[in-house]
Amino acid sequence: MPLDSKHGFSPRQFKVVGERPLRPDGIDKVTGRARFGADAFAPGMLFGKVLRSPHAHARIRSIDTSKAEALPGVKAVVTRADFATDVEEGETANVLENVMAGEKALYEGHAVAAVAAVSNSIAKKALKLIEVDYEVLPHVTDVEKAMEPGAPVLHDHIFTEGVEPKPSSPSNVCQRIEVGHGDVEKGFAEADVIVEHSFKTEATHQGYIEPHACLANMSADGSGELWGCTQGHFMVRDTCAALLGIDVSRLRVTASEIGGGFGGKTTVFLEPTALALSRKAGKPVKLVMTREEVFLASGPTSSTAIHVKIGAKKDGSITAGFAELKYQGGAFPGSPVEMGAMAAFACYDLENVKCVGWDVVTNRPKQAAYRAPGAPMAAFAVESVVSELAGKLGIDPIDLRLKNAAKEGTKSSYGPTFGPIGLVETLEAAKAHPHYAKKLGPNQGRGVASGFWFNFGGQTCTSLNVNIDGTCTLSVGTPDIGGSRASMCMMAAEELGIPYDNVRAIVADTSSLGYNDVTDGSRVTFASGLATITAAREAKKKLCERAAAMWGIPVEAVEWVDGEARPAGPNAGEFEPLSIADIAAVAGNTGGPIAGHYEVSADGAGPSFATHIVDAEVDPDTGRVWVNGYTVVQDAGKAIHPAYVEGQFQGGAVQGIGWVLNECYMYNDKGKMENAGFLDYRIPVASDLPMIDTVIVEVPNPGHPYGVRGVGETSIVPPLAAVANAVSAAVGVRLTELPMSPPRVLKALEDKGLV
Amino acid sequence: MKRIPVSTTINGDAVEFLCEPEETLLDVLRDRLGMTGSKEGCGTGDCGACSVTVDGRLVCSCLMLGAEAQGREIGTIEGVSDGERLHVLQSKLLEHAALQCGICTPGIVVAAKSLLERNPDPDETEVRYWLAGNLCRCTGYDKIVRAVLDAAQEIRKG
Repeated sequence: MPLDSKHGFSPRQFKVVGERPLRPDGIDKVTGRARFGADAFAPGMLFGKVLRSPHAHARIRSIDTSKAEALPGVKAVVTRADFATDVEEGETANVLENVMAGEKALYEGHAVAAVAAVSNSIAKKALKLIEVDYEVLPHVTDVEKAMEPGAPVLHDHIFTEGVEPKPSSPSNVCQRIEVGHGDVEKGFAEADVIVEHSFKTEATHQGYIEPHACLANMSADGSGELWGCTQGHFMVRDTCAALLGIDVSRLRVTASEIGGGFGGKTTVFLEPTALALSRKAGKPVKLVMTREEVFLASGPTSSTAIHVKIGAKKDGSITAGFAELKYQGGAFPGSPVEMGAMAAFACYDLENVKCVGWDVVTNRPKQAAYRAPGAPMAAFAVESVVSELAGKLGIDPIDLRLKNAAKEGTKSSYGPTFGPIGLVETLEAAKAHPHYAKKLGPNQGRGVASGFWFNFGGQTCTSLNVNIDGTCTLSVGTPDIGGSRASMCMMAAEELGIPYDNVRAIVADTSSLGYNDVTDGSRVTFASGLATITAAREAKKKLCERAAAMWGIPVEAVEWVDGEARPAGPNAGEFEPLSIADIAAVAGNTGGPIAGHYEVSADGAGPSFATHIVDAEVDPDTGRVWVNGYTVVQDAGKAIHPAYVEGQFQGGAVQGIGWVLNECYMYNDKGKMENAGFLDYRIPVASDLPMIDTVIVEVPNPGHPYGVRGVGETSIVPPLAAVANAVSAAVGVRLTELPMSPPRVLKALEDKGLV
Repeated sequence: MKRIPVSTTINGDAVEFLCEPEETLLDVLRDRLGMTGSKEGCGTGDCGACSVTVDGRLVCSCLMLGAEAQGREIGTIEGVSDGERLHVLQSKLLEHAALQCGICTPGIVVAAKSLLERNPDPDETEVRYWLAGNLCRCTGYDKIVRAVLDAAQEIRKG
């Protein structure tokens, strides 16, 4: 076990955990009081706007900002010259280049300058007065075309890593990676049946409803404050400090309420620019993206091209699995291809498995994490092939998966050996679910798919303060993106034995807690939860010490039961129990304030597995697909607040449905995105969908005191394949390209001679 | 730029403001009146996060000019609850955990309230079509639809 045993799982009966209390931030959110990124105002505030490249690929010969600066009401104009010049090569340099272009604009929407003015309308006018002299260059937006010899090259310094010999000329292929074990050629030779297909997926956007927004306020003394929507305000602080060339301690970042992120708010886009504008203007500056800017200039996920080959014996045992994955990461290295390769076959116990991945740059916005980054596309390809294999072998697709399922002790396809995991339990629950036995109607098909996500722990720091009245204030450093304050309060209340309503959680700013990693990797309920429980245990210990002092007995003779200190053991003596409020009321006289803290680099997150069942109906006249039945079965380890766990399952499934059926970045021949708005980039709406049934499986994670596994990301891994399998079953043709839009489905039907 | 004087009623209170001709009602609510409950998710009428009522009609406030509020009755999320007392829709959204990040929630509340005022007994399909203009990226809509149906039932019970 990665953590010492005092933090590990031990079975127990819960009183608060597993209930469904109202979330502490709920009333503010249903009444409109909650303050999100764009809801902050400061006295004397200026409005900022960003000028963006109209070209997919262009050299910036010069920028003339003089006319904009001369416009009355304009208080500052910044370009790349206003940022730090000593940022070292690597990810931070890429972030800087993405935040404000240097020598080249690398995609349509790439920021090239920004202004701050006394009103929005003046800021907009000023943008039009900035003169940029561009030399337009050839561009490439497709991943496979970007890999071809002779493709326009984005960066002169990228030479493919991971290949022998090292290339002598630069290209768009950043890296080759490989994972797996065994001998796939030997495995394929042993197979009775081999199925292989090539797949393509398009880039999709996280589609959070809240555009990026921040309010920056730099002081003349070089210190600054920043407010904004982010999944990680400590990361924002550190990155902004590096990009502006200021000390980390001089910047205080407060995370606003966050209107969705799904990974898309794990990097910075606007914040350094807002700070640079504020520094130059000497006033607070608010920057808010428009929806068009969100699409053009914040990270969607990768588009991909994937080839999968699987071999099996007649009895269904898989002998070999191979995948080649090509992912484009936008204009900078760092597509999630490695995680895609690692996750591709993670559901299976394989002797011979190999995945080769290619990380490729194109003239598209820099990709950002999107819920289980890299995995949904890989699972789409692998699970499509697995289902087709089941058909060829005449085996039920769940039975085929059960026969080959990864379980405790399996050497995973990506390296480590699994501890207790719940894949088999999800498959069995799916098979037993009434949905799986339901009769299908005409033009309908049923699909199943499984999925896996690693989950993550990471740096975490939490404080629990016991107030004078015995209530508790919990400071966490992980932004609450989907109700995590409720689960933190529940775990603290559970551990202390006090009512849920007596704990209040806040997301503390960067000056109030030690470093916390970003809210990502499905880590918060696991890692902040672990830290909360441990902080509560420390507070409990101190409460017992104070009670012992008040009674004049050794601390060993005090136990904490149901929110109060009680004398315990043969020599404890007779004392009335002391409640947390009794002890807190006199804390000033017994040693001062009482608090518990915990800091950790949490390990042992415990992967989560899921199996989804989907029914789809295809209109043979139009190719339109309706999803009319959907069941998510997923292992949560332990569901702290089951209603919000179900919500994660449902939300992930629906994002997946959008990805399969509707959503994609569409580029024209100039490399410009043609659907940068919610009208044309259509995410699922209420009338597109059925109810999404959920089954929570609980196989405790040994790395968490209550058995928690992260649940947020796994839920988007199976739906691409599950829906694709359902649609393919309905039309009688294997569909391999996303999105499965009506024209594409109709064409498949026509090609097959079915209409 | 010459500003336009506007007299209107917001959540029952008389309100006067000056706005630029190009400013939307949403800009006015948020930037001039400090009523940030209505959210801007798209600015093009596609997401519904800025939903308000104008003379009882459901409107995306990003699609209407501030100057057009002259003489109208505007209803916003800030006027839905009555002091400490939540509207039944608000309570039901909370009870059903029908929000995750909560950015779409004000728009959902305003839109669903508008539906229930027209039809206190909608079926699931009607709720889904009425809310089709309110994008939610977190929940998958399941819990929202259940909450609205539950609220309707509660209202009918009186």
